[in-house]
Amino acid sequence: MTPVIEVNNLSFAYESGSTILEDVNFAILEGQSGCIVGPNGGGKSTLLKLLLGLLLPDNGSIRLFGQPPRDSRRLVGYMPQYHQLDAAFPVTAIEVAEMGCIKPGFFPFYSKKDRADAMAALDELGIADLADRSFADLSGGQRQRVLIARALACHPRLLLLDEPTANIDPGAEEQFYATLAVLRKRMTVLTVSHDLGFVNRETDVIICVNRKVSVHQAENFTAEAADAVYHHEMNFIRHDHDCFCHCGGKHND
Amino acid sequence: MTDILRELFSPELVFLRYALLIGILASPVLGVVGTLVVTRRISSLAGASAHAALGGVGLALFLQRVCMFNWCTPTVGAVAGALLAAIVVGIVSLTAKEREDTVIAVVWALGMSIGLLFLERTPGYVDWQGYLFGNILLLSKSDIIMTIILDAAVLLPMILFYPAVLAMSFDSTFAELRGIRVSVIYLILLALTACTIVLLLNVVGIILVIALLTLPAATAGCFTRHLWSMMVLGAVLSWLFVTGGLLSSFYYRLPSGPAIVVFAGTVYLAALGFSKWKGKR
Repeated sequence: MTPVIEVNNLSFAYESGSTILEDVNFAILEGQSGCIVGPNGGGKSTLLKLLLGLLLPDNGSIRLFGQPPRDSRRLVGYMPQYHQLDAAFPVTAIEVAEMGCIKPGFFPFYSKKDRADAMAALDELGIADLADRSFADLSGGQRQRVLIARALACHPRLLLLDEPTANIDPGAEEQFYATLAVLRKRMTVLTVSHDLGFVNRETDVIICVNRKVSVHQAENFTAEAADAVYHHEMNFIRHDHDCFCHCGGKHND
Repeated sequence: MTDILRELFSPELVFLRYALLIGILASPVLGVVGTLVVTRRISSLAGASAHAALGGVGLALFLQRVCMFNWCTPTVGAVAGALLAAIVVGIVSLTAKEREDTVIAVVWALGMSIGLLFLERTPGYVDWQGYLFGNILLLSKSDIIMTIILDAAVLLPMILFYPAVLAMSFDSTFAELRGIRVSVIYLILLALTACTIVLLLNVVGIILVIALLTLPAATAGCFTRHLWSMMVLGAVLSWLFVTGGLLSSFYYRLPSGPAIVVFAGTVYLAALGFSKWKGKR
């Protein structure tokens, strides 16, 4: 079986400075879901950009569905952090969701099927009634769900979520976990989080990034493994099926 | 009313007719380009482009009068200067985002300084104030033809590629991941912005052109929730601002550029206050 994501001997440095990622190896198989965790500045965002094909590796290779990231983009849905987008932009929720279906070329208009797919994605996330509302008027959690709908509108097989639980209230976070539980049954979901608290029941593989990368199966993830990545003290609580840990203190570069 | 009509058709006031006609013809461009400048937040880039246009004007007049290059008119110079500045800043912002504001400031000041130095060394009378603050007496038939061409150059691609432009303006990273060639669309947008700026130079001048480019769209943005409706309302408001400003400048003997901008700015502040007071759009 071809892995959904296969990263071999990857290294990357920005032109200006030191190595961000070094000798990264991991694979995520069909049906697995992963979570990329690590301290700020550790290289999570860089790894995400490499997976999306927005950056090219200096060494090594990345394969999504057996192809380089730039050739497999139509199989990938991506949700950025909603606060990176202009909150005052004049656009409605359904218009944002439709963008997931956009095609390059000379006639970039949406077909009836595109519109139906976008509406179905909003409906699946429980926000069909917000379709004609202005994106600017929505709450953080609602905006985030519109952006997930946009990623889902083109029926991706891999969903990349950037910091999905940052800046949303606890209620919206619970709803998000419920959504995630449904989505990972039919596609591979890879989440990026700066917060180890995210590592939870919906994750099979934990990818810890702090220049080097170490990969853990969720059921074996221990305080020692987390500590090796963060290099500072953490409170670590492990439940039967969930494991949560809270990082205290300074960030590590 | 009949007085106004009589004056509008009197042969001595041909410049006023040209100015009013340009107000009508330029409004679609102002609505579309203004909306994109406001939503993409590139008004300072547009400002740098406008000031660089003066560099082009200065160089062109110098070449025309000293080196006898007759084809080198101020308009040719302004288009070249504004385009060059917009493309240089655009390429910098696409490749190295963190340096963008510095480059804008440098292009802004350098463009203006080069223009003033060349104008100083150009023999004969040069109405440099006209370039800075606008001079509707300089409007001619060629401005009207230019406006019509620009209308076509802006509206046609806008209508044909609206979903791509919307997706790129809202979230260029996502649009790029969907295969949209965002840097090409962005550079075309910058080029059209530069052309729009040059078109408006005679009407409001370099210093005030940014106001006329952004105020109608920003006012429209207080009341709209689609990009296209912001463009349409922006176009209507541009026409209203230019016409109202020109007529008041004519009747009260005021300079046209400042009259237009004060009118537009007042309406914008009122609209902003109203939309904040209403709480929600």
